Order: sequence, then structure tokens, then C-alpha cells
Amino acid sequence: CSRKKPPVARPTPPPPSATTNTGGAPPPPPAPLREPEPVSSVPAEPAISGTAVDYNARSLDELNRESPLQPVYYALDSADVAADMQGTLTKNSEVLRQYPSWVVTVEGHCDERGTAEYNLALGERRAQAARAYLISLGIPAERIKIVSYGKEFPFDPGTTEEAYAKNRRAHFVVTSK
Amino acid sequence: APQGRQAPASQQPAPAQPPTTPPPGQPPPQQPDQIGVSITLSGGAAPRVAVPNFIAASPDLKAAADTIGEVLWDDLRFEREYDLIPRASYAPITPATSMETVPFDQWKELGANAVLIGTVRQNASSLTVQARLFDVATQRSVWAKEYTASANNPRGFAHTISDELHKEQRSLVGVARTKLAFASDRDGEQARGTVEQRSIKEIYIADYDGDAQRRVTVNRSLAINPSWSSDGRAIAYTSYRRGYPDIYVSYIYQGKMDQPAGGTETIHNFLPAFSPDGSRIAFMTNRDGNMEIYSVSRDGSNLRRVTSHPGNDSTPTWSPAGNQIAFTSDRSGSPQIYIADADGMGQPRRITNESWADRATWSPAPYNEIAYAGRNGPGFDIKIFSLEQGQIRTVTDSNGSNESPSWAPNGRHLAFASTRAGRTQIFTIARDGNDLHQVTKAGNNVQPSWSR
Repeated sequence: CSRKKPPVARPTPPPPSATTNTGGAPPPPPAPLREPEPVSSVPAEPAISGTAVDYNARSLDELNRESPLQPVYYALDSADVAADMQGTLTKNSEVLRQYPSWVVTVEGHCDERGTAEYNLALGERRAQAARAYLISLGIPAERIKIVSYGKEFPFDPGTTEEAYAKNRRAHFVVTSK
Repeated sequence: APQGRQAPASQQPAPAQPPTTPPPGQPPPQQPDQIGVSITLSGGAAPRVAVPNFIAASPDLKAAADTIGEVLWDDLRFEREYDLIPRASYAPITPATSMETVPFDQWKELGANAVLIGTVRQNASSLTVQARLFDVATQRSVWAKEYTASANNPRGFAHTISDELHKEQRSLVGVARTKLAFASDRDGEQARGTVEQRSIKEIYIADYDGDAQRRVTVNRSLAINPSWSSDGRAIAYTSYRRGYPDIYVSYIYQGKMDQPAGGTETIHNFLPAFSPDGSRIAFMTNRDGNMEIYSVSRDGSNLRRVTSHPGNDSTPTWSPAGNQIAFTSDRSGSPQIYIADADGMGQPRRITNESWADRATWSPAPYNEIAYAGRNGPGFDIKIFSLEQGQIRTVTDSNGSNESPSWAPNGRHLAFASTRAGRTQIFTIARDGNDLHQVTKAGNNVQPSWSR
């Protein structure tokens, strides 16, 4: 969600300066006093510190419910990390660098249109592909575990193309922080 | 690799109560005495047989006598060795009150060559059932057997009579006492420790006809891919109970459990398949960086590698002789079925050419067929590859997606999972595509394994 800009109390404008008149002409009438800005009655929000949310303060469940680690999606019957997904993994690697104590499990998942048995192998390949990419970005291997669930745990039970696309993924779970 | 170990007692499932009928594959406790001589009926064509309700020696045994008659009719109808006269046409026949008052003339009029009937009498806390096959023309008993077993499972008598009649009269190994194992989420249990709602599957068993369905594992986590041992007393399956997938062997009548494939947090094992003699288990593992097939003896000793290829090799099954393994490999770019020697020597031979083929199951002689799930459009159909002729035929009708075939031990029927009824259910079908029968109705039920 976009962060709301904190309201800043606006300083009241300075009073018009008195003009000293050296000539003989009478001083021009002073500019009319500007009415001060009406102050809104909304209580000012507490100032938010400028740094990012401290994820370490959250429980594992809260962390995984709204995870800073985004899933990687795959094409049908494929375990290749597509170009746009490499961007996701790069962002994930930055989060992992920022929280060096975290250990994650990358779960491999498939959509229902393959067979249950072979999908266990395809799910493993998807998890391995995401893990290998993170290791290539410098994340230590022992911080990334993998597990394949084949098509046993769909994220979307629907039978539309859109549901299937959501289910073909490598899903990140923070297991310790 | 680390040795297989026995799972600690605390994690073992509550022992399933022992079977009421004799465990499959073993003769009933009391060895029946052979009465009369068994002569196969004359003529090659399948004899037309009537199977009325059995005769209850006392009124309180009528329910059992009726059940035995009904279930025996269904068991015989399933194997299609006999031409069974429909029970609906028995109404006008006067019910016999003893073996001596069977109305042979009325049965003859109905077109029966033979009548299979019996008596049920109390024997202390058990029942004693005598069954006879009468030749209607000569009015003589051509086959007779007597059984004594516990009173609370009349179906067990019918199944035993059906199997023994088939064996002795038609030299056929019947499946009336076999069971199906499968994974089901019918209990609605959710996975622990995950933020997502994940309904988990546990392992269930049922009689081949769908009766007596009950759960046999207490994993409280995902359990899939069951495979029966040849003696029907143990089931191997994949479980995630320790947070990673490994193979467990549950001895369902003793509540004992083994973990023979030596899985760890990084070594994952899936898809166990018992060898025909029950001594070894083939399985898929990630220990070499990509999925390979290994086999191990059931106590976890002498691990052997079967495949070595950078492609994924998965879903192993044994040949009936136990010297070969059929499996799925994507080495050609898409999952296909291959056959390899069980000792890992030689080049695997590819036998399918589908867009996606998986879960081979190998039937014994005289059929020698490999059934598998082949992709047909969006879903899958069950297809059969004949090893002799090398042809492939389809037995399901593209109604829903039909996957995970498993042969009956005599190769006459297949169990499989299908989405044709909405949620995924287990069905059985004859190898010629007839006699579709729905086995499960509750929850989603997948990956059936047919016992011996």
C-alpha cells in the first residue's frame, strides 16, 4: 500500500513588515492582515520513522502471511526462471541480505493438469531453480531449504487459466529468523 | 546414505484393529473338509449360474444368509467367469429350506446350468457356512466347501467362497478378498504450522468393492502414494510428517512403522513401490541433485541405484517377475514410460509416445500389459500398452481426468482415480473398458494401490 504523506504543520505567515518612510509622502496604508490558516481539527498522526518496517519484530506467521518474499511463477510444464521472475528473485535476495539470520524453505508447486506423481518431480525442479538462482546472487546455500508438494496444495482451487497460473509457483516460507 | 530406522513409538499410528476375517492371502482359520468331488461342468461356454440367498438354519441368521448370497453374486459377476442369472428373476422360485429341498426344476426353467447355494448355522460364537455348487441337470453337487469364521463379517464368507470356487473350478485367482489402499482428504484435517489453509490427505484402505473403508495412518500431515506389500499386511507411502517427504512402511495390523529409505531434511524420498515378493521397495529420490529411482530392501539395508540420468526419473513400478522396473522419465523432454532392468544395468527402453505419460502399472501373465495415464487434451485417460503386440489402447472415455491406474492382481481390472464425478474418486474398470464401478464417495480420493 502507498505510504500516506504525514501532514506537516504549516508555519503561520510572518506579519507584514512595517515600512519606514523616508520621503514626505504619507506611508501607504498597511497591507490587509491575512487571516491565519484555519487549523484542522484532525489530530496529527504520530510521526512515522522514515526507515522500513522492522520485519524481525513480527512473528513467523505474521511474516509469512504478508511476506516480503514474493513467489516465483512458472510456465506450464516448465521449471525455467523467466526474465520477469529473475527480478522477483533479485528483490527476494535483497530482503534475505537485509535479514541475514532468516532461513527459508522454497516450496515447489504445480497446477492440477499434470499427474500427481510426476508433478512431485516437477515441483522439486521449480524449487531447485529458484534456490540455484538465489545462490548465484550470493545467498548462502544453507539458508535455503527446498520441498516439493507437487499438485497437492493448490493456492487457488479454481479451474481457470488464472487459477492454474497462481498454482505453478515456488513459494517462500520463512522457517526461522 | 544413513541407515533406515524404526520411527519412535510415539509417532506410530494407533494400531488398526486386527481383521475380523482371516487376513487376505491366508486360508480361513479352520481348514474346511473337502466334501464331494469337484468336477468342472460340461461344455466350454460359461455355465449359467444362479446364486440365491443362502439358507439360514435359524431366523436370526437370515440377514447373514441374505448378505452372503448377494455379495457372492456380486463377486462372481465381477470376474465374469460365469454367466450369472440376474437376481431380480429369482422372485418366483420357492426358497429352499435345506440343501435337500433345492427346487432344481424351477431353476432349470429359469435357464440355470448350476445353482450356488449354502447353509448358515451358529457355531458357538462363530458361524459355519457350507456352500455347494449343484449341477441342475444331474442335481448333484459338483463342488462343496465348509467354512467357520467370526460372525460379524458375513461378506468375508462370500469373498472366500468366490475366490476358492474360481480357483478350483476355473483355475482363476479371484480378487474378492483383495483391498484397495488410497490417499484421501475426507477427514478435512488441515496441515499444521502453515499460514495457508492446506487440507491434508491420510492413507485409507477399502475392500475391492468399496466396503469397510477405514483410515490407517495418523500423520497429521500430508500422506500420499500408498503401495501394498505382497502379503497385504503393510503399506509403504510418502509422508511429510517430519517436515520433509520420506517413505514410511506401516504394518497396519500391528501398529508398527519403519522408515527404510533414510530420508533427511535434504534427502527426500517419494513414490514407494513394493516388489512382487515384498522384499524390496523402489522409490524416487532427490539425493543426486535430480530425481532418480533407487531400490532398498524393506529393512533399509542394501540400497541400489536403478537410474542415472540428468532428467527426472519418477514413479517406479515392478514387473511381475521382479527383475524389471517401469518408470516415468522426462529425459526425452516430456514425461514418458520407460522399462529398465531392476539392477540398473543396460539402457532403459521407451514404450510411450504421449504428450505426458505417468504412473505405469504392470499386469501378470497371461495379459502382460502396462497401463498408464496418458494426456488426452486437458485431462488424462487410462491407456494400456500390450508388451506382446506393442499396441496401445485407451480404456477410459475422456470423462473427467483419469489418472493413477493400478492393476488388480489377476490383471482383469484396473483401479484408478477420476474427476468425472466432480471431486476425485476411486473407480474400478475391466481391462476391456466395461463394468465401471465407483468405489469411494467421501472427500477427494487419489492414487489407488490394489493389494494381492
